[in-house]
Amino acid sequence: MATEALGWWGVPLAIIAGTLRGSVPFLFVSLGECLTEKSGKINLGLEGTLRLGAMSAYGVSYLCAQVLGVGLAPWLGVLMAGIAGMGLGLIHGWLSQQRRVNDVAVGIAMIIFGSGIANFLGKPFIQPQAPQLATLDVANWSSLPQVQAAFKISPLFLLGVALVPVLDWFFKSTRWGLYVRAVGDSPQAAKAMGISIVKVRLASIVMGSFLAGLGGAALSLYYPGLWTERISSGQGLMAVALVIFARWQPWQCLWASLLFGGAQALGPAFQSVGIDSYYYLFNATPYILTLVIMIFTCSPQRTLAGAPGALGKED
Amino acid sequence: MPDRNMSFPLSRRQVVRGLLATSAFGLTAKFGTGCSQPTPTGTGDNKAGGKDYVVGFIYVGPKDDFGYNQAHAEGAAAMAKNVPGLKLVEEASVPETTAVAETMRNMIQQDGAKALFPTSFGYFDPYILEMAKEFPDVQFFHAGGLYQDGVHPKNISSYFGYIDEAQYVAGVVAGHTSKSGKLGFVAAKPIPQLLRNVNSFTLGARSVNPKITTQVIFTGDWSVPVKEAEATNSMVDQGVDVITCHVDSPKVVMETAEKRGIFCSGYHANQSSLAPKGYLTGAEWDWSSIYTSLGKQLIAGKSIAKGDIPHILRGGLADNFCKLSPFGPAVSAAAKADAEKALAGIKSGQLTIYKGPLKTNTGKLILPAGKDLKITDIELEKMDYLIEGVKGSVK
Repeated sequence: MATEALGWWGVPLAIIAGTLRGSVPFLFVSLGECLTEKSGKINLGLEGTLRLGAMSAYGVSYLCAQVLGVGLAPWLGVLMAGIAGMGLGLIHGWLSQQRRVNDVAVGIAMIIFGSGIANFLGKPFIQPQAPQLATLDVANWSSLPQVQAAFKISPLFLLGVALVPVLDWFFKSTRWGLYVRAVGDSPQAAKAMGISIVKVRLASIVMGSFLAGLGGAALSLYYPGLWTERISSGQGLMAVALVIFARWQPWQCLWASLLFGGAQALGPAFQSVGIDSYYYLFNATPYILTLVIMIFTCSPQRTLAGAPGALGKED
Repeated sequence: MPDRNMSFPLSRRQVVRGLLATSAFGLTAKFGTGCSQPTPTGTGDNKAGGKDYVVGFIYVGPKDDFGYNQAHAEGAAAMAKNVPGLKLVEEASVPETTAVAETMRNMIQQDGAKALFPTSFGYFDPYILEMAKEFPDVQFFHAGGLYQDGVHPKNISSYFGYIDEAQYVAGVVAGHTSKSGKLGFVAAKPIPQLLRNVNSFTLGARSVNPKITTQVIFTGDWSVPVKEAEATNSMVDQGVDVITCHVDSPKVVMETAEKRGIFCSGYHANQSSLAPKGYLTGAEWDWSSIYTSLGKQLIAGKSIAKGDIPHILRGGLADNFCKLSPFGPAVSAAAKADAEKALAGIKSGQLTIYKGPLKTNTGKLILPAGKDLKITDIELEKMDYLIEGVKGSVK
């Protein structure tokens, strides 16, 4: 029965469930940012991309539900989220490569622009309910409804996980991956090889934004599954910090995203079993984690192992 | 080293041309709005000397968020509809920063607003206070009950409703419906108004079944969708089967509860369309009657500063400051009967929500037996405790 209480087992279950549910946007944004930063540019604007992605996915899913049915419409929404992300990526990629333009400053402008345009266009979608992405219920064997509910896995999560080895292989073993790394590590050498720095960076930023857009779709079409103006609450920015923590390695991006996703569930889970003091502290875990990461990994004295050589440098 | 001209690839002539074009565009754009503005006042010359009385509403979030802002926006729309000669100007998603001061200034100076309703709690100090000092002829109405006589400017009125009365009745329904005897409350921050809601909801439920407990989870902020969903999910995992909330937009909580197949009770506005199966009832604001009556008084030329409109306006279910959502399909006949009884009792003043003996959940005695606190008691506005039966802590 649904009324069975789980007691203390609720905490690990909530963390696992939170990890599966909440890590998807982190995963996509961090993979996208990983690709972008490998090419030597930072895209802080992914927070805005995440919001625009969430809005476009929700809006398209809602508007097309009549025509395409509730099964297909969310998937078109996911695609549109990616395309909307690419649009923002194009602007960022073009602007940040102009002379005397700082990519961090452009990124901050893009956060404001992306969020603004999402809020503006998203007004009519706050109220209606859009069809959601179907989930894979892998725990229906369990007699506990709590366990069944925890293991409703989004296909987007699986897609994100599948993307990790692909991206890793892309960087290590493909010619295009080599181009991206060359442009990011040593633009001069890449230029000597005859690679267009501008084109490679533009492509990396656009594809990175595409992935971040998909992350937004996970927010609005899977979990928590709605469009509001404060849907992302800083997750895009956290994911950018997470890439540094992950040392620009796709596999480590995956572990870091899972960690951050799980950390979000900590505060509510502890309160629900009666540990109710210090909830502000528990609720702040993701932010504290980000800070700790920044403190331990950033130092003006040395460059980080694994950091793309041209990252954050004027060319 | 490239030469200086290369680093700034525009000639002086191009810059001058650009500047000219921009200012020309700006002028025409400004001119356009300047022209279009007098038209509505020119055509709409009904009462009040041929000019509409302009009232400005400012919201902290979108106007259709199924929550706090929607409740106010619906009230504002009713005011504009029911009061002839009154013109409404609105701005949504204005943050509680200097942005709201600018919005107020624009509404006063450009739209000619004579009365302003900046609705969010955090607008009051210092933004409304500053603007009220600067524009003593404009009337300011603020939802929250923060006005202090002698301290704050004379042209401010603050209004607020005792929505915990409605929460009590919703608690009665929840108490009847819950099978596990565990209710859940997703809360933002432990401020007195929110704690009143948690406690009234619990008292209502315990009036039906004294063994019922309410689990409260604080998310830490007014709008954090992911945390609200996590809070709902983890309470369902612990066997909670009726959930309500006090956050800016209850949409996430209601939808998550419906997905998990439990019951929910709304807040701020009617959310029954979000949870057609599990929605029991809800504590809603009912600003339309208050706003309409204020609008009529404003049109009639009454003012706060002169004392025609009181500085503090408060009321509960009986005064139409709040109401209950229509009962959902899952509400039993017995629950309906008890809820109607509680509603009538509160409206007539015979039912007191906070009556002794009343203890906090840490065992401290708040009210001895035989003593009670009326809903209007100022003591309740300092609430910093959770009563017996609530699981949670305000620290």
